[in-house]
Amino acid sequence: MVKDISVTLAGICLKNPVIPASGTFGLGYEMAEVFALDRLGAIALKGTTLEPRFGNPTPRIAECTGGLLNAVGLQNPGIDALVGDVAPKLRSLCSTPLIANISGFSVDEFGICCEKADACAAIDIVEVNVSCPNVHKGGMAFGTDPAAAAEVTRRARKATRKPLFIKLSPNVTDITAIARACEDEGADGLTLINTLLGMRIDIRRRKPVLANRTGGFSGPAVFPVAIRCVNQVAKACRIPIIGCGGVSSAEDLIEMMMAGATAVQVGSANLRDPLACPAIIDALPAVMEQLGIEKLQDIIGIV
Amino acid sequence: MEKRICTIERNSPVAPGCLRMSLTAEESLLHRCGQFVEVAVPGQYLRRPISVSLSEEGRLTLLYKVVGKGTAALAALKPGDKLDLLTGLGNGFDSSACRGKALLVGGGIGVAPLLQLCRDLRAAGREVSAILGFNTAAEILLREELEALGARVTVATMDGSAGIRGLVTDALQEAGADYDQAYVCGPMPMMRALYPLLPDASEFSLEERMGCGTGLCFGCTVQTTEGPRRICHDGPVFKKTQLPW
Ligand SMILES: Cc1cc2nc3c(=O)[nH]c(=O)nc-3n(C[C@H](O)[C@H](O)[C@H](O)COP(=O)(O)OP(=O)(O)OC[C@H]3O[C@@H](n4cnc5c(N)ncnc54)[C@H](O)[C@@H]3O)c2cc1C
Ligand SMILES: Cc1cc2nc3c(=O)[nH]c(=O)nc-3n(C[C@H](O)[C@H](O)[C@H](O)COP(=O)(O)O)c2cc1C
Ligand code: FES
Repeated sequence: MVKDISVTLAGICLKNPVIPASGTFGLGYEMAEVFALDRLGAIALKGTTLEPRFGNPTPRIAECTGGLLNAVGLQNPGIDALVGDVAPKLRSLCSTPLIANISGFSVDEFGICCEKADACAAIDIVEVNVSCPNVHKGGMAFGTDPAAAAEVTRRARKATRKPLFIKLSPNVTDITAIARACEDEGADGLTLINTLLGMRIDIRRRKPVLANRTGGFSGPAVFPVAIRCVNQVAKACRIPIIGCGGVSSAEDLIEMMMAGATAVQVGSANLRDPLACPAIIDALPAVMEQLGIEKLQDIIGIV
Repeated sequence: MEKRICTIERNSPVAPGCLRMSLTAEESLLHRCGQFVEVAVPGQYLRRPISVSLSEEGRLTLLYKVVGKGTAALAALKPGDKLDLLTGLGNGFDSSACRGKALLVGGGIGVAPLLQLCRDLRAAGREVSAILGFNTAAEILLREELEALGARVTVATMDGSAGIRGLVTDALQEAGADYDQAYVCGPMPMMRALYPLLPDASEFSLEERMGCGTGLCFGCTVQTTEGPRRICHDGPVFKKTQLPW
């Protein structure tokens, strides 16, 4: 039973489509002693901004049925630390492709960060996050309006020749309008979805559970929303999609690929089980056998 | 970090709302004192962090308080049930930092990790005294266990129903403790009140709501003198000099 689980994403060959999602895999090397990072198809790095950020006050995490809310608020050491320190260190530990995840509070900030990521040899793909719901100025604002998303994409496209993915928010009326705007401005691909805006209240204390009041909802409960978004965008655009949202098993990954994803990011599942990604990779051949799939690449967008 | 499937050997009340759980596994369950585990709880998406109270080759003992759905679900488990754990998390206390006499200060369920710490200190021949704070006499935890290890224990209760009436800070002043190195674990307000009273080398075990417990989510960050740090990954134990309180 030899199965081909490799995929080609925007010209880059991934040995498998499993990628830990941004913000759910630390700086990237925390698990280096637990499993070989080279087993991963690629690694999406923590969301990075021009300046270092402490992020939001705590509590930043709230339990929900089928997932969690997070309001980390883009805690990160800043783009200079990413390109000068984090990414090179990770590159010295593994050869799997690295995806820089860029956030910003202005179009220029996105642009400058993308230029710095472009100049960093350790980074293979640039993913621009126009969908973070946890920062108050910017963040998701760029991902909820086609014109703003187009402007960020245009600036990012000028800044880098590396494969450029735009990461979209599900918190919009028509995700295909945003997706097409990014495609028209030269994005090489799209990552979807980021978290859904949510809130929990501690009914005993009569206060929001999160210090930030609201947070991003993720985990298995958002999986159907992610499948729907990926499928709608796959029908509306020609560029490749990295599917993300609620994936926790090899079956979920195959469903996501059938919906239209070329590769798949695994987020919250890493928080519950830091071995989730290698477990999904290990389970793939047997699940493909059951489903009569020889080559994963063959099922992309068949539904 | 290791993932372990453990068998519950015992899970029974030790004080109102508090239970002691002992777990066994075929593989090693050895922890440094002050490290914690992340327990997968039936019906909850996220694991829950619990300190290791005592660790032996194939056995772990946890001491926990029921405060919500996750800990309530833990309390409902029976001997023989299996539990999925991430073990060996966090840095732990540095018991070797104590060259003379040790003082342990714990409040409420925060006393849990002090048991293994006391054992390690005693095994290294250190003199240990402990100040434990609770609301009321019925809630006292670990007094006998620590005394059995040869620690001199002072209890403080808020209502005066046992030991000194008041906070651990009152007990600290009243007992006029004689020590070279202090170790603290308990609620944040208690630790902040102790902070100015203790020497620079003192170690504080911090708590924060956690997402992963393994350094992946940046959910548990605290500001330190060295910049933002993840409590689960760089702590939970921090030296007084690292805390900008
Ligand atoms: C490193 C570490 C070690 C810990 N060791 C122990 C231990 O040995 N024994 C023990 O009983 N508890 C310990 N805790 C606290 C324990 O993790 C929480 O009480 C538990 O996660 C609550 O889960 P729940 O689902 O029952 O409550 P929830 O429904 O999640 O919350 C109920 C209430 O508990 C509070 N709470 C939730 N999580 C935490 C937390 N992490 N810290 C403080 N308050 C919280 C909430 O604010 C809420 O009011 C530790 C926490 C950390 C971070
Ligand atoms: C704790 C946490 C932090 C996150 N941080 C980022 C981030 O920095 N940048 C980003 O693009 N997405 C971030 N995300 C979103 C995830 O990458 C992913 O898009 C989302 O969680 C949905 O996938 P999931 O259901 O598999 O978790 C974060 C998610 C979580 C749970
Ligand atoms: S709880 Fe996730 S980083 Fe500490």
